[in-house]
Amino acid sequence: MTRREWHDLGVGLAFISPWVIGFLFFCLYPVGASIYYSFCDYDVLQSPVWIGALNYSDMFQDPVFWKALWNTLYFAAVSLPLGLVVALMIAVLLNQEVKGRSLYRTIFFLPSLVPVVASAMIWLWILNGKFGLLNYALSYVGIKGPNWLTDQYWTKPSIILMAVWGVGGAVVIYLAALQDVPRSLYESADIDGASSWTKLRHITIPLISPVIYFNLIMGIIGSLQVFAQPFIMFGGGGTNRSALFYAVYLYQNAFDYNQMGYACAMAWILFIIILALTWVATKSTRKHIFYAGD
Amino acid sequence: MKKSIPGTIMSYILLLVGSVIFIIPLIWMISTALKPIEQTMSMPPTWLPYRAFAPIDGAQVAVKEGELIEGPSYVIYDPSINKELIVAQSRIEDGALMIPGSDDTSNKIKIIETVDASEVAPWIKVIPESVAKDETPEYKSNWYVVPKAQMSRKFAPRWSNFSNAIKYMKFFPMYLKNTLILCFLTVVGTVFSSAIAAYGFSRIDWRGRDKVFLVALATMMVPFPVVMVPIYCLFRWLGWIGTLRPLWVGSFFAGAFNVFLLRQFFRSLPKDLSDAARIDGCNEWRIFWQIILPLTRPALMVVGLFQFMGTWNDFLGPLIYLTDQKDFTLALGLQFFQSQHGGTEWHYLMAASTLVGMPIIILYFFTQRSFIEGISMTGLKG
Repeated sequence: MTRREWHDLGVGLAFISPWVIGFLFFCLYPVGASIYYSFCDYDVLQSPVWIGALNYSDMFQDPVFWKALWNTLYFAAVSLPLGLVVALMIAVLLNQEVKGRSLYRTIFFLPSLVPVVASAMIWLWILNGKFGLLNYALSYVGIKGPNWLTDQYWTKPSIILMAVWGVGGAVVIYLAALQDVPRSLYESADIDGASSWTKLRHITIPLISPVIYFNLIMGIIGSLQVFAQPFIMFGGGGTNRSALFYAVYLYQNAFDYNQMGYACAMAWILFIIILALTWVATKSTRKHIFYAGD
Repeated sequence: MKKSIPGTIMSYILLLVGSVIFIIPLIWMISTALKPIEQTMSMPPTWLPYRAFAPIDGAQVAVKEGELIEGPSYVIYDPSINKELIVAQSRIEDGALMIPGSDDTSNKIKIIETVDASEVAPWIKVIPESVAKDETPEYKSNWYVVPKAQMSRKFAPRWSNFSNAIKYMKFFPMYLKNTLILCFLTVVGTVFSSAIAAYGFSRIDWRGRDKVFLVALATMMVPFPVVMVPIYCLFRWLGWIGTLRPLWVGSFFAGAFNVFLLRQFFRSLPKDLSDAARIDGCNEWRIFWQIILPLTRPALMVVGLFQFMGTWNDFLGPLIYLTDQKDFTLALGLQFFQSQHGGTEWHYLMAASTLVGMPIIILYFFTQRSFIEGISMTGLKG
């Protein structure tokens, strides 16, 4: 390397040094330590004791772990497609030349801005079995609403409802993508007499498919780690642990039961599940994603 | 896109219905935050907070409303207050009337006559505000029963709910102070450290740069739970649990996501800009500080805004690291308040939620453009 190159290397490393330090202390070391702890009995107070794969084998025999995993997958499997369809629908509607468009956009976006603690409070109140607004609205159409927050079959739908309400961020992303779709494509489709549905199915969706894919992956990562809403609304997991989500149970193990090793093992299983689902999502959508550059 | 007229109408209807559904929870929060407690539990729900007035002793008096009464009504004579009253929906035992809401047998009162109340029903129990100063009116005395139709209402938001909620939350000013300190430190830390690192990853050519950047991108894959326990143990070892430090120190060490975002911006600036400055004898730091940074102000603004929101809204971090109530942030303080007073005082809880949520919404209205740009950017460039 020339002197110039050495100099540039030095300056470059100096500039990225904040990231390097952060990477070492908040990523590399923790990842390594986390792997090690996951094979240890560790309660923070005493130093970790190596116990081999016991945390992992315990986990697979822990019914609460399976319950939490099931609840989380249930939540992801319903809230992701639902959120995707709702967000896409709103974005397509907003992408037309409608009057008051920016007002509508603001309204759909606002809920996603509300701090999660505050929105949990709002929904605790709206879903209240006795005085809740939702059950009142349902009684209007002759439905006797369930006890959303205490009935074990309705706690998960409650969290899903909240998640769909906060879909505004995705709407904005879709809207930005929709505005990049060339108008000329729709115009030539109009000449061919294509219906709205055909245009949506064969022009809009293929052209914004990279963004849909991006939102899907982000959704998988986010929804498997959902924590604050169920933790605030259901504390220990609600009736019959029906709203005990993976991240909440992980938190309980780490900070309520002081089982740091077990919590780390859970975190690694979560990471593997996220990677696996991301891989499946990538594989199964690859053929359908259209990149303009290709 | 050309659209048929029915299609356009359909779009408007869907947008209207959808936006109403999305905005209702927020309106309901604000509406509840401005009501007295008895109106939070009225069925059917009321949207506008009001003061109720009832005809008592010939004058319209401000009252608190009690329960609604349907069923047969009686005119009675109550010797204890030497007055004739109307009561409704009561049991008759041994020829005497049992006043509703009371199990005490001393409340048996002689019936003067029974009246058919169907014309004026339903009736409602009210208590003058001057008597019921407490938040929860006592049920034992001084209730009047008046026909609901004779009641009148006046729109009256209870702004005092906000000051009361602040008082009930005990350390609200501390929560606010802690949150603002954290927001300030994390915004400054994130913006500067990310900009510096992004500069090193984009505007200086050094050997292995792009490989290192790939490592940076890969770190974004690691979910927080994986590193949560070791980072907690690290801060514990430093003796920082129960202080604000774990919540801001990390932001001074450039997170991969923000570096990625800013790098995109830096790369879009022409290379000649730096080269010209280099020829003039500028060192890299001055090029960064005096030429590149001022040009990327909008991008820095986006990063800062998102960090501000992230810190303001963060719940898990404060939950893990803070132990003393005086150190809590607004988000954690609100949750703490709910866990202690939840389930009944919805008006205060909603007032507190409004106080925690409003600043972010107001911030949005002032910085709308950056917000929308920032979000679309994360989606498109990803």
